[in-house]
Amino acid sequence: MNAAPLLAVEHLTIATAGPHGVPIVDDVSLQLDAGATLGIAGESGCGKSTLLLAIMSITRTGLVHRAGICRFDGLSLFDATERELERIRGSRIALIPQNAGTALTPTIRVGDQIDESLKLHTDLDRKQRQQRIVELLDAVHLPTPATLARRFPHELSGGQLQRVAIAMALAAEPVLLLLDEPTTGLDVTTQLGILDLLVELRRRTGVAMVCVSHDLGVIARLSDRMMVMYAGQSVEEAPTSSLLRRPAHPYARSLIASIPRLSVGAIPAAIPGRPPAPGSAPAGCRFAPRCTKAAAICIAAAPPLSEIEPGARAACHFPDTAPLIWPAAEGHSKHESASSKPLLAIDDLVVSYARHGLIERTMRRPTGANAVDHVELSLHPGEILGLVGESGSGKSTILRAIAGLWPALDGEIRFAGKYDLDRPAATRERSVLRAIQLVFQNPDASLNPRHTVREILAQPLRLYFNLSRAAMADRMSSLLRDVRLDDGYLDRYPAQLSGGERQRIAIARAYAAEPDILLCDEITSALDVSVQASILHLLRDLSGSRGTACILVSHDLAVVQALADRIAVLYRGRLVELGPAKGVCAAPAHPYTQALIAAVLEPDPDHDAGRVPAPRERDDRVSAGCPYAGRCSIRIERCFEEMPHWHDVATGQMARCIMLPGAVGAL
Amino acid sequence: MTDRAAATFVARRLGVLGAVLAKPSGAFGVGIVALHLVLALFGPLFVPYDYAQQNVDTMMLAPSAEHWFGTDRLGRDVFTRTVLGGREAIVISTLATVIAMAWGGFLGIFLALVGGRIDEIIMRGVDAMLSLPWVLTVMIFVTALGTSSSVLVPVLGFSYGLAVIRIARSAALDFVARDFILAAQARGERRWTIVIRELLPNVRDALSVEAAMQWSWMILGFSSLSFLGFGVAPPTPDWGLMISDSRGLMAVAPWTVLWPMAALSTLVIGINLAADAFAKVLGVDRTRKVPGQ
Amino acid sequence: MIRLILQRLGAAGVTLIIICIMVFAAVEVMPGDACTAFLGRDAKGTILEKCQLERGLDRPALERFGEWAGGMIQGDLGMSMNRNKPIEDIVGWRLRNTVILAATATLFGVPIALLLGVIAGLRRDRPVDLILSSIAIFSMTIPEFVSATFLILIFSITLGWTSGVVTASYNAPALDLVASTALPTAALSLILIAHILRMVRSSVIDVMESDFVLMARLKGVPFRQIVWRHVLPNSLLPTINVIGLTIAWLLGGMVVVETVFNYPGLGRLAVDAVSDRDLPLIQTIAIILGSVYILTNLAADLVSLLLNPKLRTYRT
Repeated sequence: MNAAPLLAVEHLTIATAGPHGVPIVDDVSLQLDAGATLGIAGESGCGKSTLLLAIMSITRTGLVHRAGICRFDGLSLFDATERELERIRGSRIALIPQNAGTALTPTIRVGDQIDESLKLHTDLDRKQRQQRIVELLDAVHLPTPATLARRFPHELSGGQLQRVAIAMALAAEPVLLLLDEPTTGLDVTTQLGILDLLVELRRRTGVAMVCVSHDLGVIARLSDRMMVMYAGQSVEEAPTSSLLRRPAHPYARSLIASIPRLSVGAIPAAIPGRPPAPGSAPAGCRFAPRCTKAAAICIAAAPPLSEIEPGARAACHFPDTAPLIWPAAEGHSKHESASSKPLLAIDDLVVSYARHGLIERTMRRPTGANAVDHVELSLHPGEILGLVGESGSGKSTILRAIAGLWPALDGEIRFAGKYDLDRPAATRERSVLRAIQLVFQNPDASLNPRHTVREILAQPLRLYFNLSRAAMADRMSSLLRDVRLDDGYLDRYPAQLSGGERQRIAIARAYAAEPDILLCDEITSALDVSVQASILHLLRDLSGSRGTACILVSHDLAVVQALADRIAVLYRGRLVELGPAKGVCAAPAHPYTQALIAAVLEPDPDHDAGRVPAPRERDDRVSAGCPYAGRCSIRIERCFEEMPHWHDVATGQMARCIMLPGAVGAL
Repeated sequence: MTDRAAATFVARRLGVLGAVLAKPSGAFGVGIVALHLVLALFGPLFVPYDYAQQNVDTMMLAPSAEHWFGTDRLGRDVFTRTVLGGREAIVISTLATVIAMAWGGFLGIFLALVGGRIDEIIMRGVDAMLSLPWVLTVMIFVTALGTSSSVLVPVLGFSYGLAVIRIARSAALDFVARDFILAAQARGERRWTIVIRELLPNVRDALSVEAAMQWSWMILGFSSLSFLGFGVAPPTPDWGLMISDSRGLMAVAPWTVLWPMAALSTLVIGINLAADAFAKVLGVDRTRKVPGQ
Repeated sequence: MIRLILQRLGAAGVTLIIICIMVFAAVEVMPGDACTAFLGRDAKGTILEKCQLERGLDRPALERFGEWAGGMIQGDLGMSMNRNKPIEDIVGWRLRNTVILAATATLFGVPIALLLGVIAGLRRDRPVDLILSSIAIFSMTIPEFVSATFLILIFSITLGWTSGVVTASYNAPALDLVASTALPTAALSLILIAHILRMVRSSVIDVMESDFVLMARLKGVPFRQIVWRHVLPNSLLPTINVIGLTIAWLLGGMVVVETVFNYPGLGRLAVDAVSDRDLPLIQTIAIILGSVYILTNLAADLVSLLLNPKLRTYRT
């Protein structure tokens, strides 16, 4: 190990401004050697992004540097002049932002923005700079770099913008890269490409990295060492593989255990409670209120970060040394799907992106790409059907069409064999409205901020049932109990609840109608990882006990696999694979499903999914046949010409690909 | 509403008022407005002179012990006329503001919810009507129908209401896009129920602050009209009219103009400060997109 | 791009037609007509009939509207009640004068407002900003007639720098008029600057908090360069539309300001028209000013469109 570390942060505290400021980053220390990588994991609000900016000696408006130093290559950054800092930023330390789309100036061409960095930090002349820009864009695997450099940010996709941001960060050949959630907001398959790029760059240039993410899978792939943050403090720090396998701190253990994994089919365990708000943290160990092992000493005295084995430190009075055990896959009762009549039958459904009026619908003009393209699905009573796909797959649109919030262009949706659901919600019968309920992704937006929980629950009760005052009160109490909350919540407003609690209220509201079908649109995506598990448990229990059928839409295969009986995979509005959850995840047939599964990042450094060659990030050809042909890695010419037929690959599992063994028309 | 709900309602209102008064700008603003309202209401009870009484002997006297604010060119006491000068303006403006907020507010929220063709067509019409400076619209009506308050109140209410439509619509649009409206639609709630139950409680704060601002603009507008001669008829005292009357004498008798100017300005500034403080307390964002009228 | 421009032009045209219809319809809907307004509402009998026949007011509304609108396009604006002259003769000069005043106020006010707004935004919450913002708020709450009168009090009466009243006649050469617009311009600019300054300030503050400005800081870009290359273009472009609106709104303020200073423009003519109860004249003035409003907004819209970065591509 070298003499002095490249980066040394000691007892850093960043707090809100003013005399009563509360710490956002509280007494955090870390070290990084040249060429090493450190991952910082934690949920939202733990202070990791603030820490990252602080390494560059920048604090957002309203925050100030309270204590501690940050030493980069010997220079104390908080004591440096603005001039010195300007020289270091962008040239020796560079940051790759979370959202490249908003981090690039909309009025300047992307090439010129990279040029700005080069002009400031290098001595190259104009021609040399132009050359270097092309080199950089090529190094991040962007096509036609010379033309692309002249584009404006709004002309590029999310994945392309992220690559441009990486190129910009590398322009002046920094020795330290800071990555702020480098793959958040990108499609799963795009994420994998970006991570591969980062790993390759690191190997080639030997740059040191600090990577902040809430996604442990990303951290597992990128970093040698990792640190877990909770409520502004660092609670554990160790080499990545040992931390992920044998986490010592109870929070780290629960966090890792609460992530749904494909390799483990069960719903993970949840962590009860929520992290303390900044400034209201208890005096002792901050995790004590939620910790199952908390003792008197934990509440009285905050445990210091102490070494538990060479190279690993944890802040706990009772660190664990045993490896993490996964809950066994529970066999949840699968009902018999084949025999019973379908509750919901979707036949040849076509939904367009544009809202159509009466005229367009009677004319049924094919208007190019549709959000949902000739999809056929069925849902049986009590069954949980998972709808999986990335953005643009049409999965949410299908839910909206079923709920009557978006008109279908063509096709049929039949409920209970009798009712035609091809009409807007406003014109449907009350009994049909009651039977189909929707739960949305973002609990902040799906509850009226001006209504109390009581009013929110009362609405469906009032609308669908004729209850006396007393009966309503009873019903509300029992609903709250069902979602593991109590009557004390009735008079609270959504703003006073946590994200998880709000989502529970949303679920309670849906169940208040006693529906036959529950439509769940990415209901865990907006929640912190540790909270997601509790919602999944809740859903499983409620739908199991009441026999409610569910359509679960998610981009996260692991979440879907834990709950669903059957999975349907969508790509660009078309169904490409359908089958039992276990089967589809264990033995995916369609290349797209395989790519999706391969792209799921397990928070396990040893995990290697044995991948098919990665798909192209974007279509390179327009296809009149299979929608995936433009990106597929095993396509042939015929794929572009005709839409493949369904082919059975196992009992109940089928996929649409010409290249499947035994498929009609395969070579 | 249950008793508990009613109690919370009142408690929240008082809480908001308390928070506003805690801020110096808020206390100042509310104080000034209250003072003006008291003077307008109870003024006639304590003013020393008759506002219409002319007196050749006391023309254009500087402020003194008998005439605190001096006298104007017809010998009338400026103090009396200043104290009473806000009455017409406040009454007419208040009525017109209520009309403007009611029709503009409901229509705006409704358009935000309904969207589509209806929204497009009506907003096109509204934008067109807003192209005509409101002064001229009022002047057209006044030319044809005269300047009585039964003409001014509806015309002002209508004209200012047009701008309110825009504002209410934009405030409601913020919420219409949110999932809880979709949830209500998915439940099958009637459109009107959604407007009143779901949207109105959310835009209520923004609209309340807006109502205060409209009120202040209405007062300004009415004063401008009086200044031009189309508002109040003499000898009724009105600040705008007083300023218009006396501006020819500004050089020799500035008090005839300064006092009504001060009165009008303080009332309007007071309303603005109070509205600003309310906005901050309620968390309403007030970057105005359209300049006041 | 061309499509968008044509769309905007079309929309402006439609708006123009709508206001013509509305101004016409408003008068139709009210009790009485141009003659009763002029002669007094109690006028009856032969005088009234004679007047109405003269003006053709006995014909059906649609026919009259067609004639009126058709006439407008050709420049025949009808006859004034009071002065018994063709309206187009009366408004011609005064329209020019009003435009001169508006243009002067705009050319003076907008650059100053932009400059001050940027300064206030960059030096947010510091003394400079607090002073500027307070003055702006103050100016916005004072009605134009108050600030105009106040300006006369200070600059004309107390300091004697300039005459408080415009003495040039309505058909004086343009240069003479410009010379006399100092105080009216100041009165109008005050409010113009106040509104635009607050808008620009708010826009600058928003952009300073944006992700891309943070990114520029993280790249080590010096502050000055950040302001010039990153902040200004992104904060000023969105304000073009509002600036257009503010200028257009000036037209309403004209009525009062012209009256205070006795400036021979359309605003003062309008006031005279109301006093004379000359309905056709006031209708026409309303439409003229409405058209100027629409044109100004259209211009601002088009400029904003042409400069919009989201409409540029790697080719432009």
